[in-house]
Amino acid sequence: MKLKEIQRILQAEVIWGSEEQLEIDIEYGGASDLMSDVLAFGKPGTLLLTGLTNVQSVRTADIIEAKAIVYVRGKKPDLESLELAMEKGIPILSTTLMMYIACGILFQHGLAGIADVQEKK
Amino acid sequence: MTRGEENVFSQTFEIQGRNFGKAGNVSTKIKEILKEIGIDSSIIRRTAIATYEAEMNVVMYAQRAELTLNLTPSMIHIRLVDSGPGIEDIELAMQEGYSTATPEMREMGFGAGMGLPNIKKNADKFEISSAVGKGTYLNIYIYLNQKRR
Repeated sequence: MKLKEIQRILQAEVIWGSEEQLEIDIEYGGASDLMSDVLAFGKPGTLLLTGLTNVQSVRTADIIEAKAIVYVRGKKPDLESLELAMEKGIPILSTTLMMYIACGILFQHGLAGIADVQEKK
Repeated sequence: MTRGEENVFSQTFEIQGRNFGKAGNVSTKIKEILKEIGIDSSIIRRTAIATYEAEMNVVMYAQRAELTLNLTPSMIHIRLVDSGPGIEDIELAMQEGYSTATPEMREMGFGAGMGLPNIKKNADKFEISSAVGKGTYLNIYIYLNQKRR
């Protein structure tokens, strides 16, 4: 699923990311506010949904090679997070939806979870 | 030097305790160095995750640490020596979910008791020792020419 499609489905605001980046394909998503969980279970190419907006959310996304971040509940990154995201080329979206609903909608539209992908392989 | 093999690359980094803003800088730098050298991406990823968790532990609990990246023809060796409170019961600290984190640490998205288990999971060999009141010593080894078990 293209990031652009994810943006549309979640009615998300693009905080940072070029038109070209919105064309990237996302295979699966993962959601957590705990960055250690993300580090333990995240896979390269993951779409990270989180309510944690500090710089560690971007740092973690970069370390696990997540393709993009969606902040939920209308949260926006602080300046430091945004600067790091720009430096690392990680697109940032923000949706007003709650985490559970955002995940549910994406799952309903066919975006797999990390565990599903692991089981398939 | 690691196991009598010659280092092809070695660099030491300083990590400051309590500096949450800079937390992760060293891991990111190491990731960039390994990428430039041309190390396999899955190995870089495991090294970056293990180093990031180790770095967060220093930032959360210790005053300071020195982290050395040694690269030999057969492995990546990360050695971390911190000055800090040390760990009283290492076996307990190695259990997933065990944590002594403060609410401030949890607000940063860490302190869920996954740090040390995550390091172990991503390493091919992991050594930890600690002296209470002095500090903690970590050795993380990741082999270059070996398929993951």
